[in-house]
Amino acid sequence: MDQPIVSIENVAKHFGTVKAVDDVTFDIQPNEFFALLGPSGCGKTTLLRMIAGLEVPTGGAIVIDGQDMAATPPNHRPVNMVFQSYAVFPHMTVEENVAYGLKVTGTPRSEIGPRVTDALGMVQLAELAKRNPDQLSGGQRQRVALARALVKRPKVLLLDEPLSALDAKLREQMQLELSHLQQRVGITFIIVTHDQDEALSMADRIAVMNDGRVTQIAAPDTLYENPTTRFVADFIGKVNLLDGRVVGTEGERVAVEADRLGRITVPHEGDASGDVSLVVRPEKITLANTEPDGDVIKSQGKVTDWAYYGDTSHMFVTMDSGLVMSAKVQNTTRETVDNFDVGDTVWLSFSPSDVLLLRE
Amino acid sequence: MSELAGTNKAASPGGRAIAGPRGRHMTIGPLEYGRRFWLRCFVAATFLLLYAPIFTLIIFSFNDSRRNIVWRGFTFKYYEKAWNNDGLFEAFTNSLTIAVLTTIIATVLGAMVALLLWRYRFPGKPAYEGFMALPIVIPEICMGVAMLAFFSRIGWPSGMPWPLNLSAITIAHIAFTFPFVAIVVRARMAGFNRELEEASKDLGASEWQTFMNVIVPFMRPGLIAGALLAFTLSLDDFVITFFTAGPETVTFPVKVYSMVRFSVTPEVNAASTALIVITVLATIVAMRFQTPDKTEAT
Repeated sequence: MDQPIVSIENVAKHFGTVKAVDDVTFDIQPNEFFALLGPSGCGKTTLLRMIAGLEVPTGGAIVIDGQDMAATPPNHRPVNMVFQSYAVFPHMTVEENVAYGLKVTGTPRSEIGPRVTDALGMVQLAELAKRNPDQLSGGQRQRVALARALVKRPKVLLLDEPLSALDAKLREQMQLELSHLQQRVGITFIIVTHDQDEALSMADRIAVMNDGRVTQIAAPDTLYENPTTRFVADFIGKVNLLDGRVVGTEGERVAVEADRLGRITVPHEGDASGDVSLVVRPEKITLANTEPDGDVIKSQGKVTDWAYYGDTSHMFVTMDSGLVMSAKVQNTTRETVDNFDVGDTVWLSFSPSDVLLLRE
Repeated sequence: MSELAGTNKAASPGGRAIAGPRGRHMTIGPLEYGRRFWLRCFVAATFLLLYAPIFTLIIFSFNDSRRNIVWRGFTFKYYEKAWNNDGLFEAFTNSLTIAVLTTIIATVLGAMVALLLWRYRFPGKPAYEGFMALPIVIPEICMGVAMLAFFSRIGWPSGMPWPLNLSAITIAHIAFTFPFVAIVVRARMAGFNRELEEASKDLGASEWQTFMNVIVPFMRPGLIAGALLAFTLSLDDFVITFFTAGPETVTFPVKVYSMVRFSVTPEVNAASTALIVITVLATIVAMRFQTPDKTEAT
């Protein structure tokens, strides 16, 4: 593997007695689209600001492209940031905003012009070059912030919740554009977000943070299908989380006494014993009016609630034991939505291989 | 049944009035204060009360009469007379010189104080903030007496050549105007998005470049408003000036006061009108410098 572009080594940041970032260590590879994901207050923005040099770590080292950044102020770091509020200079035109970073660092005039034009073209703002920021929409302002950072040709681009202020449609569009842009310019992107969809759809790797610590770093699909902790399983996507106790092994499988569901056997690699958590994603659960056949874990219950999302519906099924599980029904035909109704008695089933066992 | 018919009958003319093409009795909305008759009268009365004395003053500056009570015809005579009145002219020059010097120094000083209060945290900051604003609330007469005592105690030299002889007044004026500048600029900075400053540094700008390119442009409306405030406060100050002025350093308000003690001639009106014109012009120029405020949209 190449030398990492960013190395976070035992970095900590304390505000008084609060540990915003608590001994975090990981590497980011060149040209990677890396996401820091976590609930608000988990320390992800603080970590990003420390990489930018806007916050000084209490401990540890941040190495960018082989150089320790401890003594380097933000204006001399090879990174640039897109701020959450975009921070577009209100008294400058779009063009002046983009040229600013080149001007203050003494780039020759003959070079500034073409580079600004290039950057504006890259974010499709060429026609708005002479506008003032107050004449731009939120999405356009964000493009200005993006162009302003990219024109500096940083080694790493930092994005602090870049899409949180945009409406849903525009956000989806910008997600695609950002990933395309990243592939095109070949710069490492580090994005901070609390929106799992954003992280899952754009990032090559995601670091999930909680309480100032990194809980898991993995590719999006690994994170979703193979979370290593209860927190990650719960934070990413919707989930049915059951408590259970390992009671023995049956060949390749582990037998678990699941809370209010009964004894089930699930495949599991590695050893397992004692108390465990069982994770089943709602979309892995099938609902049927008749008892299903085959090697499935099944249970009968009553539909007690449902939430309709258009493309899918979430059915909440309450079993006789009182256990409530949610199942996602794809509305694949226009009539699917009529299949189940509140009060119906249904069979719910899922494959044993879709149950993830977490030792915790 | 008959009751219902009655209601109908009563309702229909009203309905017609609202929907009618002439709209003679259009309902006034709850927030359309501008369309309420009594409120218009109130506004008119306010303006009358505010500006009638000033307009009277201006009109009577053209009065062809020694006593400024009855209108005797139109003349520019008193403008000429005021212009040729050496004492008045000198007082006027003194006032303008003091005002310009005060404005420059008070604006710089006030802006620095505002930045200090906005930017840094230090022990005793709330106390400092309170003490800084004290000259605003201290009665002017006390300020004046204090200044007089202060300058005589330290033996501030008097009788120096112009414009050094104005130094005591100028210092006193700076002392009571800079808090106004500081407060205006401070209020302006409260709306500053710190991310702008961070973005500037992130883009490679040094501390000084960030200050000049990002912070000062944002501060400008506050600076202009503060400077204007300092200028007008200094130009028309009487009480503090009266205590700090020497016999040969007379300012315009002090001079007018001494002239009025003999009699209110149109000459005083003419000089006052000139002062009003200068103030209004200064305001217009300052407004011109303030480009439409788009700095809020970040």
